[in-house]
Amino acid sequence: MTAVTQSAAVAKPAADKPTIVNTGLLRQSLVMVRRNLTHIKRQPEMLLDVTIQPVMFVLLFAYVFGGSIQTGGTSYREWLLPGIMGQTMAFASFVVAIGLTNDLGKGIIDRFRSLPMHQAAVLVGRSLAGLLHSSIGIVVMAVTGLAIGWRIRGSAIDAVAAFGLLLLFGFAMVWVGILVGSKMRSVEAVNGVMFTTMFPLTFVANTFAPAEAMTPWLRRIAEWNPISALVQAVRQLWGNVDGAAPGSAWPLRHAPWMSMGWSLLIIAIVAPIALRAYRKRTAD
Amino acid sequence: MTSPPAIEAVNLVKRFGDKLAVDDVSFVVPQGTVLGLLGPNGAGKTTTVRMMTTLSPPTSGTARVAGHDIRTDPDGVRRSMGLTGQAATVDELLTGLENLRLIGSLYGINPRQLRRIANELLERFSLSDAGDKVVKSYSGGMRRRLDLAVSLIAVPPVLFLDEPTTGLDPRSRLELWEVLRGLVDDGTTLLLTTQYLEEADRLADEIVVIDHGRVIAAGTPLQLKDASGQAALVVTVSNAADIDLAAQLLRDANVEAHVDAAARQLTAHAGGLSDMTRIAGEFERAGIEVDDIGLKRPSLDDVFLALTGRRAEEDADATDTDTEPEGAHR
Repeated sequence: MTAVTQSAAVAKPAADKPTIVNTGLLRQSLVMVRRNLTHIKRQPEMLLDVTIQPVMFVLLFAYVFGGSIQTGGTSYREWLLPGIMGQTMAFASFVVAIGLTNDLGKGIIDRFRSLPMHQAAVLVGRSLAGLLHSSIGIVVMAVTGLAIGWRIRGSAIDAVAAFGLLLLFGFAMVWVGILVGSKMRSVEAVNGVMFTTMFPLTFVANTFAPAEAMTPWLRRIAEWNPISALVQAVRQLWGNVDGAAPGSAWPLRHAPWMSMGWSLLIIAIVAPIALRAYRKRTAD
Repeated sequence: MTSPPAIEAVNLVKRFGDKLAVDDVSFVVPQGTVLGLLGPNGAGKTTTVRMMTTLSPPTSGTARVAGHDIRTDPDGVRRSMGLTGQAATVDELLTGLENLRLIGSLYGINPRQLRRIANELLERFSLSDAGDKVVKSYSGGMRRRLDLAVSLIAVPPVLFLDEPTTGLDPRSRLELWEVLRGLVDDGTTLLLTTQYLEEADRLADEIVVIDHGRVIAAGTPLQLKDASGQAALVVTVSNAADIDLAAQLLRDANVEAHVDAAARQLTAHAGGLSDMTRIAGEFERAGIEVDDIGLKRPSLDDVFLALTGRRAEEDADATDTDTEPEGAHR
């Protein structure tokens, strides 16, 4: 009985006391997503990495290198576009890592952790916002692509499957972002780690140029790069390529399944490590 | 019926690797009172608060907030308390109102009620005009007030404040003290950590002094001052001619006096009120007239110096900028 009366004993009239309700993981995550969308509204330059930057990549590669890169029967511009989309999804990790490091540094995560809410909402909200952020990039890319001659030539189901693979890969990269964001102590450190890993990862692949033309050892790496499988799968599903080049490695000949496998494997390995890093960072 | 304490720390221990950050800390805070957790930088204050607010699990021991145990019912604890951390924990890119709404929605408070409480809080903390401005444009004092308002959005009966005035200018500090007193008048129980003795002296009903993770003293500000045993007896004799006799009398009573002949003043160590009345009686018997006889109590600064061998605010400057909470160090 004492447990009940003690909070009532506080002087404030009962009518003033709001009722605390646990609204569940989904609604709390959406509150977090809304917070991140407000951030974008206040700092529209946060969208540069999914708007101007990839459009610049498209134009630079299409018009500067385009003439000298051989892509078989498909036009380079059409072949390039899925590559840039793959790269944009890989950079989903960047956005998530920066946002998380910022929050951890400012102590607002402690505020969330002191609330009677689903603690996973912080990360789920951040992930959803990261995926939304990258999806804006996909839309911008598609519009740019349409303007320079890219088309979806496959079936509607295949087209949707390709978007699904992009998002699944983006979700895997969100976990990489949570891991990096939990480990790094400053935004500068995140920038350093991400630039030095993400650029080689997205370039040593079939994103901008066919892997077949690379020196054998580099070609081997490129062919087993998860981004290559993703990009090859998307190209196949959208009909932006004739098929895997003859003699290419097994992962590229089974690209859609391989891409799904890679994404699930990354999630299975990185998610537990990332969660442990996040807990370690926040709990002490 | 006696009401249960609002906050109770029971043998709290926190170990980081081989460093003992908090070593067997226990105290009780009755409802509607203010406890000041006083100690120098790195004493274990923040770690203690982090354990009591469920942010960091204790190595051993426990704490109860409004009757909820931090180990077995962390959600109950979170429902009963608000926390204002050391680094301002508001979102700089949101407006004041948006910050209040963000946290209010996470508490699941219904929107109509939330809007009303948010507006009331903005008004109470003189932030009504700034409610729609982005927090980035706020001054340090405004940020702290918003931070406090956000902590109160669910009207919690218990409020934890970790160095609420560190880094504030004197005026903002006074304003914040005023706000905190108002909360106590409304019946809120406060636990605040501070390195400022003046702050503890002004606000706290009870003070717990910790150093190197251990409680080294506890009591009311008055008790602490008495316990330090450094109260000084100051006597001003009416006639300069009496001063030597007065000094002799004190020496006979085993009290070494410092004589200031020009001011006709004698200063001596005294244990407390009883010493003073005894000595006053002897002066009267000896026929020494006195203008004034009084006990000068030590300030909390003196207390702290006596307890720890150093001044409390020696290294305070280091924390004026937003450094990491001490708990983050490994």
